Amino acid sequence: MPTRLKEVDIVIVGLGWTGGILAKELSEAGMRVVALERGGMRATNPDFAIPLIRDELKYAVRNALMQNPARDTLTFRHSPSERSLPMRQLGSFLPGEGLGGAGVHWNGVTWRWTGIDHALRSHYEHRYGKAFIPSDMPVQDWPMTYAELEPYYDRFERTAGVSGKAGNVRGEKQDGGNFFEQPRDREYPLPALENSYSQMLFRDAALQAGYHPFPRPCANASRAYTNPDGSRLGACVYCGHCERFGCEANAKGSPHITVIPKAMAQPTFELRTHSWVTKVLLDSTKKKAIGVAYTDVSTGQEYEQPASIVALCAYAINNVHLMLLSGIGTPYDPVAQKGIVGRNYCYQPGGGGVTLFFEDKIFNPFMASGAFGVALDDFHASDQFDRTAMGAIGGATIAVGQSNGRPIGYRPVPAGTPRWGAEWKKATAKWYLRAMNVGVTASNMPNRYNAYDLDPAYKNVFGQPLLRLTYNFLENDRKVVGYIGQKAAEIARSMKPTSMTNPGTLGDYNIVPYQSTHNTGGAIMGASPKDSAVNRYLQSWDVPNVFVVGANAFPHNSAYNPTGPVGALAYWTADAIKKRFRNRPGLLT
Amino acid sequence: MSDHPNRRDFLRTVGTVGATGIAAAVGAESPADAQAQTAAKAAPAAAVSHAYTFLTAPEAAFIEAAVDRLIPADDLTPGGTDCGVATFIDRQLAGAWGSGDRMYMQGPWDKGVPTQGYQSPMTPAEFFRAGIAATNAYCRKTLQKEFDRLAADQQVKVLQDMEQGRAALDGVPAQEFFNLLLQTAMQGFFADPVYGGNRDKVAWKMIGFPGVIAIYSEHIKTYRNKKYDVEPKSILDLS
Repeated sequence: MPTRLKEVDIVIVGLGWTGGILAKELSEAGMRVVALERGGMRATNPDFAIPLIRDELKYAVRNALMQNPARDTLTFRHSPSERSLPMRQLGSFLPGEGLGGAGVHWNGVTWRWTGIDHALRSHYEHRYGKAFIPSDMPVQDWPMTYAELEPYYDRFERTAGVSGKAGNVRGEKQDGGNFFEQPRDREYPLPALENSYSQMLFRDAALQAGYHPFPRPCANASRAYTNPDGSRLGACVYCGHCERFGCEANAKGSPHITVIPKAMAQPTFELRTHSWVTKVLLDSTKKKAIGVAYTDVSTGQEYEQPASIVALCAYAINNVHLMLLSGIGTPYDPVAQKGIVGRNYCYQPGGGGVTLFFEDKIFNPFMASGAFGVALDDFHASDQFDRTAMGAIGGATIAVGQSNGRPIGYRPVPAGTPRWGAEWKKATAKWYLRAMNVGVTASNMPNRYNAYDLDPAYKNVFGQPLLRLTYNFLENDRKVVGYIGQKAAEIARSMKPTSMTNPGTLGDYNIVPYQSTHNTGGAIMGASPKDSAVNRYLQSWDVPNVFVVGANAFPHNSAYNPTGPVGALAYWTADAIKKRFRNRPGLLT
Repeated sequence: MSDHPNRRDFLRTVGTVGATGIAAAVGAESPADAQAQTAAKAAPAAAVSHAYTFLTAPEAAFIEAAVDRLIPADDLTPGGTDCGVATFIDRQLAGAWGSGDRMYMQGPWDKGVPTQGYQSPMTPAEFFRAGIAATNAYCRKTLQKEFDRLAADQQVKVLQDMEQGRAALDGVPAQEFFNLLLQTAMQGFFADPVYGGNRDKVAWKMIGFPGVIAIYSEHIKTYRNKKYDVEPKSILDLS
């Protein structure tokens, strides 16, 4: 029998960025908050101390900071006619586990999404006509405008210590920033990081070609920084061990060094680690949550934690899984095109980038930061980029980062080089220091068949059905990657490398190689329960005292990394709970 | 070929199958291994361990030969075995990863398509074991000898045929086994030497990776288009 615990005001499932933000904001507002984290405690010291944190095999290959698929994973297939099989090892994406969640091991790229992203369907219908949007592509507007969310983007940038250069402050264009960005109220909290040599070459080539390069905004602190809450960040040392690692310098904006310690200082906050939530408990009407069921995975003891509000703040994938396991909302059926929960799953098509090799240049790829870079938004945020020629919806950013030179994973050699043997070795020795990448990050539009549901065959360690993912890249994605990949290749060629790879074409989605941990959708936000699982405050339409916070809320995926709006939406939701829902529970309008 | 004696030759020299078990059980301290190492005239200064805890003697002979073909000795580095790559593989197979830690191991089982990833009911260690046995069976059938007894160019050909999907192994998908073997060998060659491979940081020195100290706040500006020549530092050095 589960042990029934004392009721609290809010139970938070998962303590990463979103859970940490809610925990801090709501406990500071005097609410009694319990956070349940399935993983363990983590602190920079000793968990991310050198030299042990600089262990590529342990952290970057064996995924020490990530979710353990032995306990829970998902199954995957390309289309509803195929048999879905379990993702038995992590690969394509890396959900985190433990205090701070993926906010510990992310790279730190922190965008505000574009004006087009915030009003996607309206924009395309207005500019290109209704017929431009394929009938099997359920794109829709965000339920809040960029301007409404601006103060919350700002808040998150301040909290995480984002380094960058504004391109538009209150409508005034700024030299050196993103020419195409929406107006910001003020500059970034920190100046941009230094550029690598590769980034300088790319910036010059992009300017020469008439584009608008700018420093990619990143939560890698360019100098020591104290955020508005008094949390202190160190300066980035360009160590090249960012993504998949915790930062030993506290220079990566992360919840375990910012919002979570602030929550933990509050007497009304309690953290329980190793606490795996298996279900949201509903009352007999199924319209009200009464708390959550969880298991202490270190003892096996089961508990029920009653709460007035349940906030799902796990990784986007796991939020959707919990909704389906708990019976919150109607599961989506792609064949009948009925139901809501599970639809609009999107990811991040890659493959358009190129690798450049220079006989006469040295790039020192190991002098690196996870997120610094020079980017172009000319084929994404820009409305001047006419999508008619591309024949597709969305766009892509083109960027040169330099995230690491860790040698198990980073060993560029020219196309045609064998993968082993004497010739491979010579090429590896020759080109390791002399190669750089121009990357292409594409947006991803929803499709009626790209969706989650519960798997009929496979179970997790608690005996619950695994989540099933049906997903593939589609024609729209191939057009975007193909068209903008050529633009990237043109810039690359103008840099006159000794040789370069051809831009890849986008094939079928493969769950094996790492691509990005940018899994979006599944429990999307919208203006009506007819086409969304949560409303503009990320509140379940069906069970209004459940809030579902994370990238699961995005109706499509931008050509940007997701964490900027994820953080902004967490602050936005926290505000709605403490200023409105707390006093007058019910559906917020 | 690598400098140390062929493991199978050595085991045959010392005689019985029983001796194999003893030699393996007592490791490098045994008189037999000491004898082997004396015989290796050109062995590098710090002798590489040929003591294995997972691999049997014939399996070790296979892995040593294979990693010497994947990472051949040349003027850049010693061969895979002398770089500790076989030792690395043995330790990985004996450890958590080899045992299927952090893998979803529940059935039902289905082959699926490559884009669905690893679907074998075997742990990585079991998969390696089956792959080695199947490759040796393939070599016996087509070339009348076990893999490690083949000439180097024959070994290269077998590995290429597995890589390209031209060799069909009994019960084990050849390409998958080859890819796992190659991937694990590369991990051993380039991982921190604390795991037993990349001995003396040979692979890091070969490419110019400076290792784990990695404080480049100033260097990011001063080493643009300029080589950063330092003695790499590993976790092993700093522990």
